[in-house]
Amino acid sequence: MNAIYALYTEPADVQRAVDNLRAAGVADREITVISSEPIEEFEFSHRDEATWLHWIAGCGGAAGLVMGVLLTVGTELAWPLSTGNMPIVAWWPNLIVMFELTMLGAILATVITLFITARIPSRGPRMYDPAVSDGKILVGVEKPAADFIPVLERALVAGGAGELRKR
Amino acid sequence: MNEATARRISDDLLRPLLNTSWRFYALVAALASVVAMGLGTWAYQMYMGFGLTGINNPVFWAFYITNFVFWIGISHAGTLISAILRLVNAGWRRPVTRCAEVITAFALMIGAMFPIIHLGRPWLFFWLVPYPSERQIWPNFRSPLVWDFFAITTYLTGSVMFLVLPMIPDFALIRDKTTGWRRTLYGALALRWQGTTKQWHRLESAMQIMAVAIIPVAVSVHTIVSFDFSMAPVPMWHSTMFGPYFVAGAIFSGIAALIIAMATLRKVLHLEDYLHPVHFENLGKLLLLMSLLWGYFVFAERLTVWYGNETAEVAAFLATQRGSYAPLYWTMIVCNFVIPVPILSLRKLRTIVGCVFASGCVLVGMWLERFLIVVPSLSHKYLTYTWGHYRPQPVEILITISTFAAMALLYTLFAKLVPIISIWELKVGEHPFPSETPEQLRAHQLWKAIP
Repeated sequence: MNAIYALYTEPADVQRAVDNLRAAGVADREITVISSEPIEEFEFSHRDEATWLHWIAGCGGAAGLVMGVLLTVGTELAWPLSTGNMPIVAWWPNLIVMFELTMLGAILATVITLFITARIPSRGPRMYDPAVSDGKILVGVEKPAADFIPVLERALVAGGAGELRKR
Repeated sequence: MNEATARRISDDLLRPLLNTSWRFYALVAALASVVAMGLGTWAYQMYMGFGLTGINNPVFWAFYITNFVFWIGISHAGTLISAILRLVNAGWRRPVTRCAEVITAFALMIGAMFPIIHLGRPWLFFWLVPYPSERQIWPNFRSPLVWDFFAITTYLTGSVMFLVLPMIPDFALIRDKTTGWRRTLYGALALRWQGTTKQWHRLESAMQIMAVAIIPVAVSVHTIVSFDFSMAPVPMWHSTMFGPYFVAGAIFSGIAALIIAMATLRKVLHLEDYLHPVHFENLGKLLLLMSLLWGYFVFAERLTVWYGNETAEVAAFLATQRGSYAPLYWTMIVCNFVIPVPILSLRKLRTIVGCVFASGCVLVGMWLERFLIVVPSLSHKYLTYTWGHYRPQPVEILITISTFAAMALLYTLFAKLVPIISIWELKVGEHPFPSETPEQLRAHQLWKAIP
């Protein structure tokens, strides 16, 4: 069996199911909750809050800034053009290019990190049910041990009006 | 939110994608013909040469650069407003954001085309791109035109990402609710999105970071467009206030474009349940604020020039106040200030129809404002013997008209392929008041400690 899961209508039932799975000894990282919208009002949505995304965006910005400095100063020194009595390395106009590349670096780093950490696009088989798009919320465990399945079934059914399914 | 509400929202917003009437094809055909005419005219201009336009000494920038500034200004409707509303967590933003962000993406693409059209030999546009040329000729980073390249590239990249990322969950929803080629297409676009709590959290974090990043970029873009003018010692251009003046004008015209787009979508796609009068009321108030701010900037700019009484500046000033450009100038004042301010100030008049009428006036007025910044100053430079006139020629007028059709066409096609209102964001807005307090949420964390 690849996965065992239940579908719920109410987020409160989902919270109970998640709590039951934890009580049954399932680690947080093994519990999957899938919904068609973020449900911030409940604790189960906050299990994956720890993220380096902000720091990585900052690093992307720093990389963009370095790129901006190298591009402007490097090319001005490599091909000196005298313009409007400005110095060859003119920091005022260079700041504009450096700012834009800093922000571009931050934006690209954010997007790339989002795709990597959220596993988009994911590979291989995955637990999913199209009923999620109708408003159902899925709670399940992937690749459960055979002898543990009855425990999981009890935990998921006890979570409320869960509609149990296996894949 | 109950299942019935979720299904109703999905069905309402997916209906335009799944049902197509003959009116859609007729509209697309009509708009596509105008765009084709514009492309044909551009090709004709390339073949015959730039002499077909009215651009000549001393007015080397005219309709095309006016359009460039105008469309870049329109682009400020979307991502900037959406990012600000997202950061302040304005609940009423949810049905508005995607309508607005699309305007940014398409307006930027159209606006960025005009410097290329204006080149006359557009196949040489890559000279703007910084790359190690075998001739060792690099772009001059002290040129404002190169700053434009970097600013527009960054803003376009950020805006497209800001638009596309929240579309992925909606693509997944369409994938699950359709069959055949649509299922294949939207399945590919959904990038195997599941909707795990981790994916939602990462997406929302990324959107917050991008909202923070995109606001200064948006401000910088139109400031840099203003630098195209203010860096030059041309009468009435060389001004320190051009940056904020341009940004205010851009947001002003952007909000006007957004109101017209929303009203059209509401009527055509029957989105009355989602785009409420309160959305137009709120955007109308913003438009009023920008109209007053625009009036303040115009007064400050005009007063400074008039009071300074510098010969060349006053010559350009008088050309617009009571010279050959006066009819356009006073039309601009009426369209941008005299009409919108009373309409948007009085609650009784700040209806959907009132807001749309005021916005239409603002779009006309802001296009005229861009034209009056570009042309009168160039035709009245410091030496009187260099003064000249500009009269737009048919190629310029046709290409200008076709870009409005291009915007409408792109918007129509987008609304046909993608839910114009973000479905998942709208559903989040329907959530009841949080059922658990922060203390209760924290209490649940204790479960982690239980073996």
